[in-house]
Amino acid sequence: MSTTAIETKVALDQALNLDTAPRKQSSVEVTDYNNRQTVGNITVDNPKMVCRGVNVYYGEKHAIKNVGLDIGANEVIAFIGPSGCGKSTFLRCLNRMNDTIPICRVTGQIRLDSDDIYDKSIDVVQLRARVGMVFQKPNPFPKSIYENVAYGPRIHGMVNDKAELDDLVRASLERAGLIKEVDKRMGEPGTSLSGGQQQRLCIARAIAVNPEVILMDEPCSALDPIATAKIEELIDELRENYTIIIVTHSMQQAARVSQRTAYFHLGDLIEVGDTDQIFTNPKHKLTEDYITGRFG
Amino acid sequence: MNKPTPAAGAPAPLNRDIKTIVNAGLKRRHAAERHFRWYGLIAISLGLAFVVLMFANIIGKGYPAFWQTYIQVPIQFDAAVLDPDGKRDPQTLANADYAALVRAGMRQLFPNAQGRLELRALYGLVSSDAAHELHRRVLQTPALIGAEQELWLLASANVDTLVKGNIDRALDESERPIKDNQIEWVNKLQAAGKIEKQFNAILFSNGDSREPEQAGIRGALMGSFYTLLVTFLLSFPIGAATAVYLEEFAPKNRWTDLIEVNINNLAAVPSIVFGLLGLAVFINFFGLPRSAPLVGGLVLSLMTLPVIIIAGRAALTSVPPSIREAALGMGASKLQMVGHHVLPLAMPGMLTGSIIGMARALGESAPLLMIGMVAFIVDVPKSFMDPSTVLPVQIYLWSDLPERAFVERTSAAIMVLLAFMILMNGLAILLRKRFERRW
Repeated sequence: MSTTAIETKVALDQALNLDTAPRKQSSVEVTDYNNRQTVGNITVDNPKMVCRGVNVYYGEKHAIKNVGLDIGANEVIAFIGPSGCGKSTFLRCLNRMNDTIPICRVTGQIRLDSDDIYDKSIDVVQLRARVGMVFQKPNPFPKSIYENVAYGPRIHGMVNDKAELDDLVRASLERAGLIKEVDKRMGEPGTSLSGGQQQRLCIARAIAVNPEVILMDEPCSALDPIATAKIEELIDELRENYTIIIVTHSMQQAARVSQRTAYFHLGDLIEVGDTDQIFTNPKHKLTEDYITGRFG
Repeated sequence: MNKPTPAAGAPAPLNRDIKTIVNAGLKRRHAAERHFRWYGLIAISLGLAFVVLMFANIIGKGYPAFWQTYIQVPIQFDAAVLDPDGKRDPQTLANADYAALVRAGMRQLFPNAQGRLELRALYGLVSSDAAHELHRRVLQTPALIGAEQELWLLASANVDTLVKGNIDRALDESERPIKDNQIEWVNKLQAAGKIEKQFNAILFSNGDSREPEQAGIRGALMGSFYTLLVTFLLSFPIGAATAVYLEEFAPKNRWTDLIEVNINNLAAVPSIVFGLLGLAVFINFFGLPRSAPLVGGLVLSLMTLPVIIIAGRAALTSVPPSIREAALGMGASKLQMVGHHVLPLAMPGMLTGSIIGMARALGESAPLLMIGMVAFIVDVPKSFMDPSTVLPVQIYLWSDLPERAFVERTSAAIMVLLAFMILMNGLAILLRKRFERRW
């Protein structure tokens, strides 16, 4: 039922001919709102992750519809779209966080390098060590700052002794740009930090296990502009070593941090392309409507 | 006359302005609020009044039990009576007639007492425990033999009751448990300063007894301790594990739902039913001994388990999902997620629930009656298998006895029980406050 809400609104707009408000002449290739074929090139030259024919069902609800997308190595790709469009759901397929939802079912193929991550031989523990995640709300463990960062290396047995662990924790905090602020207070609880610092602590925690891909689910939505700027700066630096997939509600943020952008709409991947192209010259009418602020 | 007709569909115009309308109802609204506050106050004061009444009644009745009357008697540790051959042989000393020394001492106090009846009344002023007391002293310091000492000996319960003012002296001799001549002697002793009230250590060091002045709650306390230990050791680990499994690992299907419903219903089963179950299963089928704290603990575990499971699950659900996601996102396995993060965060809540369940078990008597923990047991239990009773059952047993001196002991035992209850609940509150986490 609700899937048609926006379609109805769009159809209504068309019928009332509100479409003709004065604006820059659009150069979209797909003007049919009902055409849900992905526009743009979903493949890249050196993919880190390859998704083909991915469908996600929440019980009866078809949440992600036949999405195919490549994620290039060492790129930042942004998923944008209106609320409930499935961008977070798709993101959570990439490290199988959807497994924790009993009614959720995923079909299709998602490959990390050459491994099918939904294959029976792949253990989620191993997968999640390779594909780290940063959540919408900063969620440090209610333990010390040190323990927060040390947790991943410890459970995966990545270090041999305390000195090695100390180095790794410091290096991770350094890369997350947090070391100056927490150097003297490693023993304080992670929850005593400010929101922005907590989120950077969560990023430090994620990179401490040296993942290949980092998923970020609206990492700045709970932060103020200054903290957001720091995180964005950090994302830009992390790109050198990691592949980053970021879900964001802010189109400005997508434009600032990402090289490629994918636009989702009601479970469909509508358009994907270089960020510059998506924001200056969208090919699909729905994308254009969204980025020009007509809905969403 | 020519009012403009309102447009169709528009609300009818108000003939008074909104201020007047609201003000008209305001008084009523405030009154309702005032009344409600009063009802609340009345309810609370009524409740508090009953609590105060209960405590005043119990403490008023029970506090004299913490003091006990003693009589100062001159005792001659006559070597001829205690140790005729002078070898200090423990066997001889154990069999010696200490009661004779007490009797001699009493006669020395009141040389005028004549005749069998009068002498028996005189000897009845001190407790039969006095002879044992002398034996204990001689064993401790054998040098006493041959010496003479003024000793404070435990008075009998009737004297104690008289001294505490709980026997009406105006009553006819036949209607009170103490004779006229005994009252006279007590008066003389009091006048001479030879009667004194001391702290009643016996209450805490002795087991049950038919003689009120020798009865204590030690046996019941130890019985309660062993029973609760068994209960805690069984119900906490099992309850916590069940809660964790049901909340975190169990597949969400009809079987799990069925188990859940059953556990919730078990919490509401009358406790005596668990007693019957214990009697049928543990005693009749498994052949465990009656009256044993082990069986009592097993029965109380059955009763406490649902409470602990429900409290444990509530504590687990209250751990925010973001913590679970964070752990899983780091690549922790499910068991690691639970063990490293969820369980430590839920532990204070689980412990609080368990302590409240244990407090309930401490106050429970009905199921224990079923398994024979209601017997008259003099010895203080030394293990999980010794026959014993528990504090609430001891209270029940004493409340049934006719002697006036048991009334104050019943109340004193209730005070001790309440003290433990308050202690346990206080511990639960402390734990909750201490380990409350913010995230």
